Amino acid sequence: MTHRKFFRMKFAALAVLLALPFAPGYAKTLNLAYDADPVSLDIHEQLSGGTLQLSHMVCDPLLRWNQELGFDARLASRWERRSPTSVRFYLRRGVKFHSGRVMTAKDVAFTFARLKKSDDFKGIFAKFREARVINDHTIDLITDGPYPLVEHSAAFIFPLDSAFYAGKDARGRDKGEIVKHGDSFASTNISCTGPFTVRSREQGVKVVFERFDGHWDADSPGNVRRIVMTPIKEDPTRVAALLSGDVDFAAPIPPADLARVDRSRKVDLITMTGTRIITFQLNQKRRPEFADPRVRRAIVHAINNAGIVKKIMKDFGTAAAQQSPKGYAGHDPSLRPRFDLKKARALMKEAGYADGFSVTMMAPNNRYVNDAKIAEAVAGMLAKIKIKVDLTTMPKAQYWPKFDERAADIMMIGWHSDTEDSANFTEFLAMTPDKETGYGQYNSGNYSNAEVDSLVLASASETNPETRAEMLRRVERILHEDAAFVPLHWQDHAWGARKGVHIGRVVSVTNSPYLGDLVMD
Amino acid sequence: MFAFLLRRLGQAVVVMLVISLLSFSIQDELGDPLRELVGQSVSEETREELREEMGLNDPFLAQYMRFLRGALRGDLGVSYFFKRPALDVILDKLPATIDLVLAATFWILLFSVPVGVFAAVNPRHWFSNLAMGLSAVGISVPVFLTAIFLIYLFSVELGWLPSYGRGETTEIFGWETGLLTRDGLRHLLLPSISLASVILPLFVRMIRSEMMEALEAEYVRFARAKGLREGRVRMVHAFKNTLLPVITVGGVQIGIMVAYTILTETVFQWPGMGFMFLEAINRADTPLIVAYLIVVGLIFVIVNTVVDIVYGLVNPAVKLTGKPA
Repeated sequence: MTHRKFFRMKFAALAVLLALPFAPGYAKTLNLAYDADPVSLDIHEQLSGGTLQLSHMVCDPLLRWNQELGFDARLASRWERRSPTSVRFYLRRGVKFHSGRVMTAKDVAFTFARLKKSDDFKGIFAKFREARVINDHTIDLITDGPYPLVEHSAAFIFPLDSAFYAGKDARGRDKGEIVKHGDSFASTNISCTGPFTVRSREQGVKVVFERFDGHWDADSPGNVRRIVMTPIKEDPTRVAALLSGDVDFAAPIPPADLARVDRSRKVDLITMTGTRIITFQLNQKRRPEFADPRVRRAIVHAINNAGIVKKIMKDFGTAAAQQSPKGYAGHDPSLRPRFDLKKARALMKEAGYADGFSVTMMAPNNRYVNDAKIAEAVAGMLAKIKIKVDLTTMPKAQYWPKFDERAADIMMIGWHSDTEDSANFTEFLAMTPDKETGYGQYNSGNYSNAEVDSLVLASASETNPETRAEMLRRVERILHEDAAFVPLHWQDHAWGARKGVHIGRVVSVTNSPYLGDLVMD
Repeated sequence: MFAFLLRRLGQAVVVMLVISLLSFSIQDELGDPLRELVGQSVSEETREELREEMGLNDPFLAQYMRFLRGALRGDLGVSYFFKRPALDVILDKLPATIDLVLAATFWILLFSVPVGVFAAVNPRHWFSNLAMGLSAVGISVPVFLTAIFLIYLFSVELGWLPSYGRGETTEIFGWETGLLTRDGLRHLLLPSISLASVILPLFVRMIRSEMMEALEAEYVRFARAKGLREGRVRMVHAFKNTLLPVITVGGVQIGIMVAYTILTETVFQWPGMGFMFLEAINRADTPLIVAYLIVVGLIFVIVNTVVDIVYGLVNPAVKLTGKPA
């Protein structure tokens, strides 16, 4: 090779290198703005939306929710129920961790054991006894009794690299330890199987993700090479960043800006009925009036929740008459919102409270979408049946201790079922409060109905889906009839993305976009 | 001078002790930090265990003494959210805030003196009226409204400037700054203007009224009567005396500017310590809140000390030590 030829080749190579960034299809970077970034890289430290979003980027679950609220196979290629108390999962072969190790059933067992130790996740796995390794690619999940929610729970198993977390760190602490406060190896290091690895992370400022080339899912259409995630806390700023093109994808979009985002020619808006129910609870222990079902029914009839959705939520929600949203096992489509002021007044009269009474009400002002405004509207509506409301709203940090004290007669609470299952709502919000079992932990109304309790408990070991669904629908009907609580609405989800970023295919009600499969033009 | 600084140091320690005691005593009112650390389904029992483990159930005095013992070793506690020493977190965020304050101070110095002096010398000029009108608007419009308006105009509608964040930064002597790159400066423009919009009008109005007063003073008339050039009369005789009260109030205003960074940084998602503070309050991250208040208290003491020293340099009648020189 002559010297000149060599030089020419070098020049050509340089030219190609320089041109690469401009070639179509090369190195797609997604600039992403959520309202918060993950609190930790330890996916078992805190059960929150942010953690699950991270889990779906850096890890893969055994199986995951699809847009129809069914399950898609991920690291488990298939699974089958082998007995009332055991389900066998067949693991996909050749799945690699970011460390380069090949995943086996031992890693799944390690992850399962870690979930059982996590304060936040152990509740989901309370009914599970063990993860029994059959061979490298087969594992059985064994439950204490028959348990219908094995798949729902397996969607939370994102296998971690057991070798990566073995041993001690530089300070002599166990690498696999889950630490709630204070730092730990696992809270800043992660090795998982997901489509992305964490390149750099500055908490509260930005996280940079890089595509993992060894990812098992070669069929994924996803073409994003790099994700820069910036938390933007303020709603107007996040929307401005989206509209100005500073970010390609932003969520959530607040109700006040939905119309503006929808109108924009540069941006697509995707909304979906959510699964978080917003309710008020009427405390029967504090107020004897609320122990009378007629008074509770009068209150439900007096509240125009469809009006609240329209006026305050700008249609960014679905008026509710039960806890379970559409698609959940216990959803009963026959239950409709029942605003009827005349009937409400008649019920009050019947109960002997035609002249009304005074109550206290508390609500947070930075927890749910428009929470304080909703509380004000409800207080105004109750005035029409002569219930005078003394309303206090406060930031969530102050609100939760008040809620634990049951500090007001009427308290607001929103709930999303971690397992996307109907029974979860009732377990926490409507079952008889019991310190021992933990049921009714958020039932500030002290509503108690033995039939509801026994139905929900029975549903926990009913493995026939149809029988179980009917039990849960019955629960919803009883709660509706008893006016156990005041249902308002399910909060919608809204995502905005620059045109050409096809988020419609990767978002779902679980609100953890599957960014590994995202296609950008 | 040395005695003066030493006395100031003593005062600073007292100020910070008082601040720490105050912020410690309100921590129960801030809410429950546990809620931000655990998911919704975690039982009351587990939360109680965690609270015990973190020492949140100890009596107030025990908690405060533990804090003081740590503080003596330079340890102000560990942030619940960041899981790192609170002081480290704040020092990480400090450069971003300093960038912002420096840039806003630049705008203030650039505009307040010429505009203020001009308005004082030509009170009936249309520009003076315009400047006074604008300054009234600037004082009364809240900073977050100004900020959102600027974002919508320059980022969303015109697309000229970035809408959030700090952009590219460079590190010099371990100090991470956005002042040295084009991208960093572009990101800095809107936040610094928003921040300046609150303080600049105050300075313009103050300089104008002090200057007008000075122009009426006997020594100015005398200077004119001596036949000095008008320019010299204004700048040397009148303006120099105008500066004295401006420096005093200005020092305090720079401290107040730190408070306004909380709002400005929040709107622009500026990764500084003001934004961090608001977030810490939302999360009831008490160690971080206490540490922030102490650091800000220290900044106030330092700024006031510097103002006193500068005051002494400008006005020879002031003796810092309080004794005849």
